[in-house]
Amino acid sequence: MTYIAKPKLHHPTLACNAIGFTRRDYEGKISTLCAGCGHDSISAAIIQACWELDIEPHRVAKLSGIGCSSKTPDYFLGQSHGFNTVHGRMPSVLTGANLANRELIYLGVSGDGDSASIGIGQFVHAIRRGVNMVYIVENNGVYGLTKGQFSATADLGSKSKKGVVNTDSPLDLVGLALQLGASFVARGFSGDKKQLVPLIKAAIKHRGPAVLDVISPCVAFNNHPGSTKSYDYVREHNEAANRLDFIDVRDEIVVDYAAGELIDITQHDGSVLRLRKLHANHDPHDRVAALAYVHERQAKGEVVTGLLYVDAEAEDLHRHLNTVPTPFHRLGAKELSPGAATLAKINAALR
Amino acid sequence: MKPITATNDFVIKFANVNGSGSASANELFAKAILRMGVPVSPRNIFPSNIQGLPTWYEVRVNERGWLGRRGGVDMMVAMNPQTWDADVKELAPGGYLFYDSTKPLPPSKFRDDIVVIGMPLTAICNRTYADARQRQLFKNIMYVGALSVLLGIDDAEIRKLFGEQYKGKEKLLDSNVKALELGRDYAREHLAHPIGLQVRRADAVGERIFVDGNSAAALGCVYGGATVCAWYPITPSSSLAEAFQKYCMKYRVDAETGANKFAIVQAEDEIASIGIVVGAGWNGARAFTTTSGPGISLMNEFIGLAYFAEIPVTIIDVQRGGPSTGMPTRTQQSDVLACAYASHGDTKHVLLFPEDPHECFEFSALALDLADRLQTPIFVLSDLDIGMNQRLTAPFVWDDAREYDRGKVMTAAELEAGKEFARYKDVDGDGIPYRTYPGTHPSKGAYFTRGTSRDPYARYSERGPDYVYNMQRLLKKFATARTLVPAPVPRAARQKTRHGAIYYGSTSPAMDEAIAALEDDGLNLDTLRVRAFPFADSVAEFIAAHEAVFVVEQNRDGQLRTLLVNEFGIDPAKLVPILHYDGTPITARFIAEAIGAHLRAARVAPIGKDKVA
Repeated sequence: MTYIAKPKLHHPTLACNAIGFTRRDYEGKISTLCAGCGHDSISAAIIQACWELDIEPHRVAKLSGIGCSSKTPDYFLGQSHGFNTVHGRMPSVLTGANLANRELIYLGVSGDGDSASIGIGQFVHAIRRGVNMVYIVENNGVYGLTKGQFSATADLGSKSKKGVVNTDSPLDLVGLALQLGASFVARGFSGDKKQLVPLIKAAIKHRGPAVLDVISPCVAFNNHPGSTKSYDYVREHNEAANRLDFIDVRDEIVVDYAAGELIDITQHDGSVLRLRKLHANHDPHDRVAALAYVHERQAKGEVVTGLLYVDAEAEDLHRHLNTVPTPFHRLGAKELSPGAATLAKINAALR
Repeated sequence: MKPITATNDFVIKFANVNGSGSASANELFAKAILRMGVPVSPRNIFPSNIQGLPTWYEVRVNERGWLGRRGGVDMMVAMNPQTWDADVKELAPGGYLFYDSTKPLPPSKFRDDIVVIGMPLTAICNRTYADARQRQLFKNIMYVGALSVLLGIDDAEIRKLFGEQYKGKEKLLDSNVKALELGRDYAREHLAHPIGLQVRRADAVGERIFVDGNSAAALGCVYGGATVCAWYPITPSSSLAEAFQKYCMKYRVDAETGANKFAIVQAEDEIASIGIVVGAGWNGARAFTTTSGPGISLMNEFIGLAYFAEIPVTIIDVQRGGPSTGMPTRTQQSDVLACAYASHGDTKHVLLFPEDPHECFEFSALALDLADRLQTPIFVLSDLDIGMNQRLTAPFVWDDAREYDRGKVMTAAELEAGKEFARYKDVDGDGIPYRTYPGTHPSKGAYFTRGTSRDPYARYSERGPDYVYNMQRLLKKFATARTLVPAPVPRAARQKTRHGAIYYGSTSPAMDEAIAALEDDGLNLDTLRVRAFPFADSVAEFIAAHEAVFVVEQNRDGQLRTLLVNEFGIDPAKLVPILHYDGTPITARFIAEAIGAHLRAARVAPIGKDKVA
């Protein structure tokens, strides 16, 4: 349970980032998830990414729905405001929070049940609207908190722990995000931190909806033979499209790879995403090609991971709505009320 | 047959075809009478459709200022062949039937106890205009012209209204004036005038304005500082969100940068609407949504979260007939219980009941303050009758010295100075805890918001005492709300009486008139207009001070009565339900008859008892 306090003491030699924080400063409460849960690895990757990016923890707002994955925001960034909302509705709450104050970083954490089953509508529309957010789906194909029911991302023919075979078609969140116009789409694997941390960093630095589908095996209910979301299965079938290096604005760009293998993508804030291509025919600037590529590999039983699509010049909801940059809570009656003299004119026009 | 004669006191009804452009002509008619200083109260009666089906516009002209629906029709402007039979039937004996006589109708289509006034509108239009659209639109203006002659409406007022409406559009102005003249000329030459119904210049309008409740509520949200609006289209609330957009475009765009000091999202459904509002409220914006009954049903889970997680939310519910899709274009007050106890678990919510557009403005702005002060959902319960009809109402008022009440928000400076932050602790004894906006301080004041149980420091806890502490504190907060909401409005009868009546919302104008009618009959009633839930103590005192209290409502089940019984533990027998719920606005005649029957029965009852004894 999360009331167990985590000791704040740490080794004096623990490294600090540019703003003087150690990794420990990005931690949260002690996780209450099962030992070996993929979600805890994702929390660790989020901590690592935020530390490496020198983000002030309190400038992040972390939001989630309901489920095992949605409990995790309590286990990282303890100095951030968090909001554990209702099942499947995190995207709308995040949208509202984002509209209210665009100065913060919005990190949405959800699961496959939360996003693909009950919350598929909100997943769809938040992406369509172009909300500037990192949307991480901790995808294990199963309901953990209610003990092992299939979710909407469970693969056709995959077997539950109780031996039930899934006969429903799976929802592919990556394919869906591509279709919906997400300007950053990636897939990671909780067991591959080397790939995951740069993906999270790149997603945070992206402006627009950044969707990160992270396959995260459930050790309690979906890690057995016959499951297609187990550690063994994903390790065997993981097809990395590329390897990503994230290069922050201030870092020097050093070319150390042969031309043709690299793609540099400069984001709106000047940070650079350097992709080491593992599959020669995948171009991450091409939405249609990305979709075709994912489907083609999927048909072969492969789980494609890496940065699949990015539009570095994407706009977001605030641009569409042309809102003022000031957080709304800083606007008072002076800024918002049209005043008594105007009201007198309105009254006069209504007579 | 004796034709009805009445000056400044009659009801005229326009039967039109939806989408024929009649709405603006009818509004012109109503406004011209207003400009003559005579109060009018128009009501749109429209079925759920877009074009080609029937729609009615009923205008009550009343110098005494009764603004409720009267019932009965003294003059019918029958422009829709489809509803002809019913429209003719609805006329009172001695009433006036104005119709388009271009196509002859058999005598069987008329009545012999009414005055029939035929005018070949289509024929005149067809020979004057070549364009089909013009023929249709100017037909409407033409009948307004003819009516102005028949009823004695000053055409100078109509011209003035045209001048205001078509300022800078001389061509439109000229063509409208021409159509008006054509109508007036024909009436002067061919129709017997004046008729028995007359409008006479008076001075009974005063400073009042003429506006619909949805526009008023939208303006209240602009003045009250709402910055985020999320909504989903639903009759009869859609025009509120659209009006908010319109006013924001006019008054909320930064003059220097051209950027918007507002964000409006038409969401994918009501669940997302309330979710966006909850997120924005959590993050410090003043946010609202507007909806109707079915939307409230969909929002229920979030409403419970906002109540328990203590997030400011403003919900404007423009009520209509339910359940389910019910009567989407008809009025009711049938969401009272659904809102008061919305969501799962033990919940209670603050409700505000505006009586007219003036209060729609006031209460919408107030709701935003109350939501921040109480950190909870606040409902403004309007309805279709107020929301979608223009009503004569007191002018809007705003004091430039007024600051928004942002409630208990702990600042970075306070946190830095070492003030203890405990998100769910009752520090001040009013049940209201302190909150922080996300991003306030690097190391203090962050907390995890959740719908699950927690201790006063926002730490997850399933301990019984922690849960009970929190639920009791929420009750205390609700008691604090009682002291902050608008007080009920009492009105004493001319004579001391054992009877009282409680009413709320759009029932007001009909109630005012009913009380006057009952008093003329020697029946006296003290009244109390309830303006909010939780109820003030004075509501219980009012009930205690009377032998019987009528509770007048526009729903089937007596929902406010149920709330009164439940909240005060009152003997239900003491509260007599007077219920009107056919979808039309309640009338003074209905109230006076229903209450009058009870009071007369009460008068004779003791004698009957004696006889039996």
